[in-house]
Amino acid sequence: MKLIAPLGIYGLWLRDVKRFLRTPSQIVGSLVFPLMFLVFLGFGFSGAAIPGLPEGIDYLQYLVPGIMGFTMLLGASFAGLAILSDQDVGFLKEILVAPVSRTSIVLGRIAGGSTTAIVQAVLVFLLSIPLGFEIAGWLSIPLAAIFLALIAITFVGFGIALASQFSDSEGFSLIVQFIIFPLFFLSGAIYPIEGLPVAVQYLALANPLTYGVDGLRAALVGSSSFPLLVDFVALVISSVVMVALGAYLFERVEAV
Amino acid sequence: MSQPTNAIAVEGLTKRFGETTAIEDLSFTVEGGELFGLLGPNGAGKSTLINILCTLLGPTEGTARVNGHDVTSETGAVRDSLGIVFQEPAIDEELTGAENLAFHARMYGTRKAEREQRIPEVLDLVELAEVADDPVESYSGGMQRRLEIGRGLMHEPEVLFLDEPTTGLDARTRRDTWEYIERLNEESGVSIVITTHYMDEADFLCERVAVMDQGEVVAIDSPAELKASLGGDVLALGLTDGREELFERLEAQPWVREYTATEDGVAVTMAQGEQRVADLVRLADDAGATIESVDLQKPSLAKVFLSLTGSTITEREAGDREEDHAEATDSDPATDRPTEAAGATEATEAPEAVE
Repeated sequence: MKLIAPLGIYGLWLRDVKRFLRTPSQIVGSLVFPLMFLVFLGFGFSGAAIPGLPEGIDYLQYLVPGIMGFTMLLGASFAGLAILSDQDVGFLKEILVAPVSRTSIVLGRIAGGSTTAIVQAVLVFLLSIPLGFEIAGWLSIPLAAIFLALIAITFVGFGIALASQFSDSEGFSLIVQFIIFPLFFLSGAIYPIEGLPVAVQYLALANPLTYGVDGLRAALVGSSSFPLLVDFVALVISSVVMVALGAYLFERVEAV
Repeated sequence: MSQPTNAIAVEGLTKRFGETTAIEDLSFTVEGGELFGLLGPNGAGKSTLINILCTLLGPTEGTARVNGHDVTSETGAVRDSLGIVFQEPAIDEELTGAENLAFHARMYGTRKAEREQRIPEVLDLVELAEVADDPVESYSGGMQRRLEIGRGLMHEPEVLFLDEPTTGLDARTRRDTWEYIERLNEESGVSIVITTHYMDEADFLCERVAVMDQGEVVAIDSPAELKASLGGDVLALGLTDGREELFERLEAQPWVREYTATEDGVAVTMAQGEQRVADLVRLADDAGATIESVDLQKPSLAKVFLSLTGSTITEREAGDREEDHAEATDSDPATDRPTEAAGATEATEAPEAVE
């Protein structure tokens, strides 16, 4: 078996995309949470003096990239859940018995999960425009796309790695709640991490989402805490690590 | 497709899950084109064997070859050579029938041109062409099974595994599925290995049957030979008196293979029992015995199983369930098939059959 099976990866991706498009309720459902945060926080704190907020940046401008990052986390957790629900309904066996390497299976699932997560983040972005969000310039779009892809790969990889350690979807869903929110709050998504206690700031610096949100903010708003290159390199590293970890752990998943 | 290589060749195969031995020192071969049955109660090790043959589990000891390829060292070739229908459904219900087949074809590296030719062919074969574009969740149980069988054949495997193919189907659908499997084997020449705990299923379908009990093959032969090994039909007479006289007369009959006194009469073993009922009744009359009942018992695989293992398949399953339950409580309460699954968590050190 070749390590990389392009047709198999494509097949896995296509399946995820089809399933996503066929369940509009899930698409809408996945947007409810991020939009609530966007609307309530955006308007609630609009004009508030938030410590560390960059000069001349409206809070909504600051918030949108953060909420997009949050949306990606939710999308990634769905990808992890998808593996477990495949296991629940028995479909995972059909995948594992095919002449396709486990690495290719992980890559296919990351491709599918990333695509659907990115679509959700883009929808949040589009819905933020009528709320008053303004992008910095036309270069913003391709740059933001790169960062979205890197965030997606990192966290979908993480979701798969985590899912491989669970045997049922219920346990996973429960744990995910305890992981998503700390990652979200410790990423500078809704307030600058500079305002946090120093010890907590270190935690934030170890969180890949911090660089993801910062990179998105640099791309879309033109303001960031770190140089763009730092964000980029940090995310490339986290992507590679998470893909490798996902492949390593998934390799050890017992099929039966 | 009658190749010189055996469809399956198993030698000294053993699989342990920690302390439990799921299968022990199995050896048998299945010839190319054969319709072969693995018959035994739940927990006999059939599913474990299938999982090893389709590379989902690694063997602890021994070797297994599918279509000449070793299941541990030639995983890719083994997977290419086999199609499988699992005991539990394994279809994506949100996709349509055709999409499930297309997904499968891509996973097996089938290019577009061949996919477009093969999918309608398979859908025709399993008589699902009309519902090809309906989501699978709208299919009946029998239709889903057919789709899975068709999917197993998509990549034209040499061997098709059917793990308990009719469990959970109603009587009518079962019958249809049997006929379907038989026709498939005849027409396409694919070797079919089916596991079942239904005696009638093995009897109806299989050219040869391996009777499995507690991880071992206790007999392997055609259903007819297995039944013949019981010695023939049994005619049981309920008698009130005159037994001894009848026994003397039975001694003198060449067609009586064996007779044993029972609680309320006698059980006589012979070939073609239905032709001997009248003879036996006449003998009893001559002996002055009063007949209260006549019962002709034809040999069945169920009786074969009983004579080989000393218990009926239902007793075996009931016993195993109790044992399984005890094991399950100290390992993994979340799994519902403990013999296989409880051990699986401990089996990480076993040689892995991936890549």
